[in-house]
Amino acid sequence: MSENESADPQLENFILAETQKQRFQVLVHGLTDTCWDTCMGRPSTRLDSKTEVCIMNCVERFIDATTFITKRLMNTTKYRSDSPLEFQ
Amino acid sequence: MDTLSTGSLSGAQKEELMDQVKQQIAIANAQELLTKMSEKCFKKCISKPGTSLDNSEQKCIAMCMDRYMDAWNLVSRTYSSRIQRERNM
Repeated sequence: MSENESADPQLENFILAETQKQRFQVLVHGLTDTCWDTCMGRPSTRLDSKTEVCIMNCVERFIDATTFITKRLMNTTKYRSDSPLEFQ
Repeated sequence: MDTLSTGSLSGAQKEELMDQVKQQIAIANAQELLTKMSEKCFKKCISKPGTSLDNSEQKCIAMCMDRYMDAWNLVSRTYSSRIQRERNM
């Protein structure tokens, strides 16, 4: 493929949008897994409000924890992306 | 990102390609859900595997599947409103 031949914009947009949607879905699968283990007791005829609140808090706090970890890791010079990882 | 060599595709071929991609994604998501549901509901409902899946185990699994779907949808709603909130900040 020559360099000045550009990608089909319609397909490119389609792939970008689908990739983003799929990234979201993958995260929802993972979060449901984690929060189910954290919040779910014996399954009954409906999700009770206590479990619902637990799941909502679980999602929010998981995101907070990820953000916290990301920030802390970025502030630690040991883990700078320009140097190889070192475990001590 | 690598560019796609699609200059020669007609409109109808493009539509077909996009439909196929969507279908593959849907299959992958259904498989993921199936795997998770089986793992989670087996753990919840079958503590001592017997010679068959008895009635109460089947009932428990059916209920567990429905609740797993509820949980999935709730997680999806909560996560999506969080994204929305952070975008508006």
